[in-house]
Amino acid sequence: MDLQEWKEMSWLGYRRGNGSPGIRNKVLVVYTVECASHVAREIAGQAGHPDVEVIGFGGCTDNAYAIHMLLSLVTHPNVGAVLAVGLGCEYTRAERLAEAAQERGREAAYLMIQENGGTLESIRRGVETVHRMLEKLKDTPRTPMGFRDLVVGAECGGSDFTSGLAGNVVVGKFYDMLEELGGTPVFEEIVEAVGLKALLLERAADEKAGRELAWTYDKALDYCRSVRQYSVSPGNFAGGLTTIEEKSMGAFAKSGTKPIKGVLKAAMVPPAKGLWLLDSTPDPHFMQFGITNPNDNEGLMALISCGCHLTILVTGRGNVTGSAVAPVVKVTGNHETFTKLEGDMDFDAGLVLEGEATLEETATRLGKYIGSVCGGRRTKGEVLGHKEFCIPYKYQEKEAAIRPCEG
Amino acid sequence: MKKQGARAFQITSGDNVATALTVIPEGTFLLFGGGQEELREAAEEIPRGHKVAVRPVGKGEPVIKYGVSIGEATADIRPGQWVHLHCMKSCYDERSSGLDIHTGIPADIPYGLPEDN
Repeated sequence: MDLQEWKEMSWLGYRRGNGSPGIRNKVLVVYTVECASHVAREIAGQAGHPDVEVIGFGGCTDNAYAIHMLLSLVTHPNVGAVLAVGLGCEYTRAERLAEAAQERGREAAYLMIQENGGTLESIRRGVETVHRMLEKLKDTPRTPMGFRDLVVGAECGGSDFTSGLAGNVVVGKFYDMLEELGGTPVFEEIVEAVGLKALLLERAADEKAGRELAWTYDKALDYCRSVRQYSVSPGNFAGGLTTIEEKSMGAFAKSGTKPIKGVLKAAMVPPAKGLWLLDSTPDPHFMQFGITNPNDNEGLMALISCGCHLTILVTGRGNVTGSAVAPVVKVTGNHETFTKLEGDMDFDAGLVLEGEATLEETATRLGKYIGSVCGGRRTKGEVLGHKEFCIPYKYQEKEAAIRPCEG
Repeated sequence: MKKQGARAFQITSGDNVATALTVIPEGTFLLFGGGQEELREAAEEIPRGHKVAVRPVGKGEPVIKYGVSIGEATADIRPGQWVHLHCMKSCYDERSSGLDIHTGIPADIPYGLPEDN
């Protein structure tokens, strides 16, 4: 593979003060309770622009995890402006979200439905505000970006036997190249590393990373044991995967071969460049773990909350989902799935298994495609309007905790 | 070059199983991986995406794929046999051994409705 060609690849990003530049320039309409979600969706819909989208948190009672998620998303590199929409009586505060976005140099405003004449008048004022924001975003300064500036997230969903033979392996090769160019690849799904503790620890960049990885692995295994549920589904078994260990090896392939710098928690921006593991599973708490990752969108959202400019979703069986805030590049290692869902799949890594392309060629092609997405080319999910998101109640400690007594 | 016909891919040379890239009917198939290829015999039909043994695996021995253990054999396995839930199990996940071997559907949760009054 030709790293030189990659090194020179550059595109124009959107400058965000001192923060990381973005590859998109979006207006985010954020609701702070389910009761405000209809108004928020109508505002975004009636604004009639593909760069306007909705996220939100449905709970009335706030939750530290959810607040951190919202804060990280309203200050995400791809977001240029924020309109927070509240009902008025909920715990989660719209005005605080707008303040935070403003502090990071974003256009920001908030709107309380109870104080703005209810549904119709709130929608009217919201649409007006969003249109004003879109006008202002036209003047966002542009700045050159390359792979060294890029944070990329990867997870898999709907895995089959091709995921571990082609899809994730190609992403792993791409991750190795991205790391060599000084970029920041992030992978997740520690619950799909069951049986691989030794391999995980061998990859630790230093002693601290080793302790974080060991703690995170043990926690995930405790979780799986106590709920008697491993991250493997009937579809996986029918497709030929027999054990969680087998699925785990396939999933772990997407991390490539570089040293792992440490463990990120949701909404934590990587403290240094290089390869990171995102732990998005809940930490033990008085409610005892709660639910783990409820669906693929929630996992993508957690990656994006760490500042990922875009994410890669590797799917053998096929998944059509996209995400708010950051483009999702859908990669399949299954050529048949690519053919069946060609309107949704961005990248066919299955040619490797057909004997029509080598892993290196395919990873290089993936890198080029990702470079073009960074430069503004819309993914199939973006073209189709996929902007799913999921922010649940969850309990997470802020860092991969090493308890004092454990050293 | 594009490969034709029934075939299976072996990820590392130390693996005792390979993955069927096509349905492999009972009989000859092409085994390849790591630049090597040879013809082998399948003792039974292997569904696409499933594993076929390429070496004997004794009961209680590890099943090796990707060069690591992905579980242990629950019966003696001969080369050419289909390797799945009926002859191996996870060393972690005890529930998966009770699933239907063809569909993967769990049989341990009853779906009975409450009786009508």
